[in-house]
Amino acid sequence: MSETGIGARVTRKEDFRFVTGRGTYTDDINRPNQLWMWLLRSPHAHARLKKIDTTAAAKMPGVHAIFTHDDLARDNVGGLPCGWLIHSKDGSPMVEPPHPVLAAGVVRHVGDPIAAVIAETRAQAREAAEAIEVDYEVLPAVVDTREAIKDGAPQIWPEAKNNTCFDWHLGDKDAVDKAFAKAAHVTKLDLVNNRLVPNAMEPRAAIGEYDVATGEHTLWTTSQNPHVIRLLMGAFVLHIPEHKLRVVAPDVGGGFGSKIYHYAEEALVTWAAAKVKRPVKWTADRSESFMSDAQGRDHHTHAELALDKDGKFLGLRVSTLANLGAYLSTFSTSIPTYLYGTLLAGTYTTPAIYVETRAVFTNTVPVDAYRGAGRPEASYLLERIVDLAADELGIDPAELRRRNFIPKDAYPYQTPVALQYDSGDYFTTLDMALKAADYANFEARRKEAASRGKYRGIGMATYIEACGIAPSAVAGALGARAGLYEMAEVRVHPTGSVTLFTGCHSHGQGHETTFAQLVADRLGIPIDQVEVVHGDTGKIPFGMGTYGSRSLPVGGSAIVKALDKVVAKGKKIAAHLLEAAEADIEFKDGKFQVAGTDRAKTFGEIALTAYVPHKYPIEELEPGLDETAFYDPKNFTYPAGAHVVEVEIDPDTGVVELKGVWAADDFGRIINPMIVEGQVHGGLAQGIGQALLEHCVYDDSGQLLTGSFNDYAMPRADDLPSFHLGTNATLCTHNPLGVKGCGEAGAIGSPGAVMNAIVDALSPLGVKHIDMPASPRRIWETIQAHRPRMAAE
Amino acid sequence: MPTVSMTVNGKKVSGTVEPRTLLVQFLRETLGLTGTHVGCDTSQCGACVVDIDGDSVKSCTILAVQCEGANVTTIEGLANGSELHPMQEAFREHHGLQCGFCTPGMIMSAVDLVKKNPNPTEQEIRHWLEGNLCRCTGYHNIVKAIEAGAKAMGARK
Ligand code: FES
Ligand code: FES
Repeated sequence: MSETGIGARVTRKEDFRFVTGRGTYTDDINRPNQLWMWLLRSPHAHARLKKIDTTAAAKMPGVHAIFTHDDLARDNVGGLPCGWLIHSKDGSPMVEPPHPVLAAGVVRHVGDPIAAVIAETRAQAREAAEAIEVDYEVLPAVVDTREAIKDGAPQIWPEAKNNTCFDWHLGDKDAVDKAFAKAAHVTKLDLVNNRLVPNAMEPRAAIGEYDVATGEHTLWTTSQNPHVIRLLMGAFVLHIPEHKLRVVAPDVGGGFGSKIYHYAEEALVTWAAAKVKRPVKWTADRSESFMSDAQGRDHHTHAELALDKDGKFLGLRVSTLANLGAYLSTFSTSIPTYLYGTLLAGTYTTPAIYVETRAVFTNTVPVDAYRGAGRPEASYLLERIVDLAADELGIDPAELRRRNFIPKDAYPYQTPVALQYDSGDYFTTLDMALKAADYANFEARRKEAASRGKYRGIGMATYIEACGIAPSAVAGALGARAGLYEMAEVRVHPTGSVTLFTGCHSHGQGHETTFAQLVADRLGIPIDQVEVVHGDTGKIPFGMGTYGSRSLPVGGSAIVKALDKVVAKGKKIAAHLLEAAEADIEFKDGKFQVAGTDRAKTFGEIALTAYVPHKYPIEELEPGLDETAFYDPKNFTYPAGAHVVEVEIDPDTGVVELKGVWAADDFGRIINPMIVEGQVHGGLAQGIGQALLEHCVYDDSGQLLTGSFNDYAMPRADDLPSFHLGTNATLCTHNPLGVKGCGEAGAIGSPGAVMNAIVDALSPLGVKHIDMPASPRRIWETIQAHRPRMAAE
Repeated sequence: MPTVSMTVNGKKVSGTVEPRTLLVQFLRETLGLTGTHVGCDTSQCGACVVDIDGDSVKSCTILAVQCEGANVTTIEGLANGSELHPMQEAFREHHGLQCGFCTPGMIMSAVDLVKKNPNPTEQEIRHWLEGNLCRCTGYHNIVKAIEAGAKAMGARK
């Protein structure tokens, strides 16, 4: 392995600009002559807009224009599209209500945009927005899915009876019923997967610009997938053909899913810029992010696990209510269905599984993918119910898991919920994590803690995820309205340096380094001879962007394909130059060599020849060395692993202290271990945040109670310990690098492990389950409710 | 509109600002120093931390006019030409950043910590960073970077 090749801990090429404050995030960009947009947003969760009076606001200083839905309608501006069609059990398509860019007569959640003010400065736009007079007829609101499905609940969309968008299912119900009929034991559990706010540290921002001379529109936006935004906004919302629309996603300060979707503000600045013939910029306040970025999770689930007398899982039955919020965000409908139900086999051989998901509209911000997206929900429920079953049967939870793991020699393994796992070894990662955590000697630590009046517990969770959604044909058959391949262009310059254009997008993942390592390694050139370009539809032919841990498995595979084409063409050129047969040319360590001889040409010489084709097989071969590849994967990839967490609880305060967090992961081949570890650290923090701290709460009237960092508990440095990581690789069998993806794993496995540890700690009190987040108050109340009564009481 | 003058990254600067202009707006909008970021509107996130007269300060919590005559250092002023400050180098070396958005504030805050406490423990670092949010790194490598940066700053003296 070279110092910069595959497997090396290469420090990041992008870091110089970031540590010196020279990154270029969207809000750092200012266009000549630009105006600002501010949005008037609804203060009510549900209301009819009886009248919008902009007369006074329009006269405020600096104001250029105020737009409402009527202005958009006059221009035929479309609604924001949903990218995944789900069918209900009865075969009917989901209810797909319109998602207007500005509210069309009714607002349906706090923060729903009503009017866009365009002014000279941001402050002027904001002041004018505050001067718009709206006559609201406040309507009853509903925020909880369990209430929303009741007869008589406030109706958010007339076409969605009982606020139900769809009632979906997957699996063989009869087989599951039979499994339960012969079960020796059934474990039942009701649990909540708490609603979260993604909160990337960079608030969303967008700038629209229109070139009157050429008719071209440009949008700079905080996006994880600029080409997808161009497609959605161009084709469905603004009706601008792709060749007249450029979307740039420059440095983006974190995404975690929330910057995948096409948002109203992107369409508004693009459209408004053409209207007022000046660039228009919008940057969200954090308060706006809380009420306009798509949120995550929010499931209520009932699950039942059937076991035989030896603890073998026979069947799993799951029923989930999933909150979609008020509108369908871009990929919202795929999350509680195909990214959730299909993962319910987990790491286990459960032969019969049936899941039904009822997706529900509420007067809340739309819900969509947040780091893990469906898979954390699946893993959390599985790992909680397995622990509960272990407790009920008196079997060690590690042992119960091992009895049910998919055997190491069973791959490819077909689950009863559609997926086929290509490779894995769940025994080794669990053993690694348990050993690192000294699981064997835990009881002594519990005793010691008890002697100090503390409750100590240890918990584990295994997880599997499905990454790099694919193949496109399968995703299409399941309702996806997009392809899910990736693209790469390897442009070799005459002097042998390389620019790589990737359709993936880095918003923290370090692609400029990992992908450069890959190119340098494969072509045998120094890493500083490789530049990675991403995030601009004006430069990159196409791309599907970055989410679902797809960049390396899908985007990396496309890069390999393009590199293979470069090498294949290089061999032809070398054969001509060296007067040898093409079949005799070997490419190794940056040299094209005639096999078995020392006759060779360097990569640089071949590149130069391609562009200065004096001695060149011009009859058979075009000049130049610039290759493009699209890669559509044959299957998902299946990263998996085990997390172990040890906690100590102070019964007087209810505070949970993390004593240790261990993760052992299987990501397949790893290109840059330093970057992979960073991804796991960040995922763990988000998963632990969900388990202990984070909760997005609305009151019954639909007001967002956790609308700032004062109220929404983000994990801080002193909430977390340092983490202990390990990896064990089984290679993906169907992509050229054997890679699986690592971006979401930390957030998928850790909530279950934390909560299992907490329940274990409190098990001496008879506690069987606690819902997330395990806040000090919730823990303290649980302890009070379970404490043995004192004799005097 | 009042005029305000201060020294920013060693250079005397002045500008006419509305009285309500925050220091962070003055830096970003008037001076074009966009390395100082805005991550919130409640003074919670620390993306905006700069050094004012020797103390790290959230530049969203102070008005530009309050900084009349002050000596301000932003992330752009930390490196010595192309030679990174040891704390910047440590963040790069230890992968203390991912998206980079929190990074300027983290580094400015860390430099101030080490000035005040040259050998901070892990717990002291974590406690100090209470006012700096990062959503990407889980803080693990930020803590490692600051430990290493503290050592390097000590060695440089
Ligand atoms: S911008 Fe968040 S603390 Fe200053
Ligand atoms: S590196 Fe992204 S927020 Fe810290």
